[in-house]
Amino acid sequence: MIFKDLVIIGGGPAGLSAAKIAAEAGVSCLIIERDPFLGGQLIKQTHMFFGSEKQYAKTRGLDIAKILIDDCLKHQDLIEIMTSTTVVGLYKDKVITTLHDDTYNKIKAKSIIVSTGASERFFAFENNDLPGVYGAGAVQTLMNVYGVKPADKVIMVGSGNIGLIVSYQLHQAGVKVLKVIEAASNIGGYKVHASKIRRIGIPIETRKTIKRAIGKDKVEQVEIVSLDDDWNIVDNSSEIIDVDAVCISVGLIPQRNLLSMIDIKTKFIKELGGIVPIINEDHQTSDKDVYVCGDVSGVEEASSAIVEGYYTGLIAARNLGKEHQDFKTLNIDYKNQLLNLRSGPFGKKTLKGLEIMKEDANVK
Amino acid sequence: MRIKEHPILTFPEKKKIWFTFNGQKVFGFSGDTIAAALHALGVMTLSHSLEMKRPRGFYCAIGNCASCNMIVDGIPNVRTCVVSLKEGMVVKTQTNKGDLNDI
Repeated sequence: MIFKDLVIIGGGPAGLSAAKIAAEAGVSCLIIERDPFLGGQLIKQTHMFFGSEKQYAKTRGLDIAKILIDDCLKHQDLIEIMTSTTVVGLYKDKVITTLHDDTYNKIKAKSIIVSTGASERFFAFENNDLPGVYGAGAVQTLMNVYGVKPADKVIMVGSGNIGLIVSYQLHQAGVKVLKVIEAASNIGGYKVHASKIRRIGIPIETRKTIKRAIGKDKVEQVEIVSLDDDWNIVDNSSEIIDVDAVCISVGLIPQRNLLSMIDIKTKFIKELGGIVPIINEDHQTSDKDVYVCGDVSGVEEASSAIVEGYYTGLIAARNLGKEHQDFKTLNIDYKNQLLNLRSGPFGKKTLKGLEIMKEDANVK
Repeated sequence: MRIKEHPILTFPEKKKIWFTFNGQKVFGFSGDTIAAALHALGVMTLSHSLEMKRPRGFYCAIGNCASCNMIVDGIPNVRTCVVSLKEGMVVKTQTNKGDLNDI
């Protein structure tokens, strides 16, 4: 058994930021990451981020990942990193079981920060299990991390920011995006992203959905239909299109599976992406030594995951008896940064979700 | 298929890694996951569904969905989308839950 003060599960933007601040405060921590490398989903973001300078706006996601990783490497005396290591068990006495290659290990922590992020939502249509039906994030990983072209001709289902950004990146990788379809009557993502892909000639068609994928061993065609204002299929609106992949970008779900192993209290809050752990202002769950930050506590953007990570690292360190020398200033600064990030039209949804959360947040 | 030209990213040539896929000797490159290497070779079916034996490819590519589970060096249920390719690996398509007798 290995003993650690603070174990951080997930080495994405939230986890890396939490480790940096906790180490600055003098806490020894361990980051456990399932992938062979750190950075989470930032490593495949080739576009520049919004927000303010404090969250590295105008920097490409993959470069932000490098900054966050370097910040952690500066504290090598305090931050231990395990990559290609999956947490497969979490117990109420803060024992964590990890799997690395074929070896199981047990780690006992005083506090745990769960920053496991989110997973891609899926949805029902005929033949949705055929090879070639991919999550939009999956094709992004294939292209931007491994340099593998996911397909030649695709359609994108869903016009949120991920759908729009990935459509543009598919185009950059030499993939023909035939169209983006959106079941709602409005485009889900930012206008700036939508305009960008329209300028390169990719149409965005609203009130349309995919009815089925067609193919024997892999996707060869898709059937697209129009929807009326009551979400019913419009007669004779069917269109069959030749494709070799379908990209699904219909949202993200908080990845909270580990938390259910220790009976953490959760609640369904649709504004935050689904079932989320109930947390207090300090990002503590119903087990006060288990914290969450980033998408696992509500789906947002990497910028807010970074700030939530800093904030949670700051609080977890203080509660372990190591108060950061700039605790007061940073505490206020992070809260203000989160308020700023959530001040736009998309942030309203998160703020509403957090209000709903507060009704249950008298967990101490 | 590998991306050769990209406006932002560069993909410098890497060391070839030879492995076996369903008995056939093939190669990927250093830094690939097993699933990425197979996809570059045009292999889209990685496993089969348990009941209907329908073909399955990957869905999430980051270790969440289990759609890419394969038998690697005799061990079933390996998430090939997060496991790095190693020289001499023996990779097989999986068609069941994983059987102790297969190991």
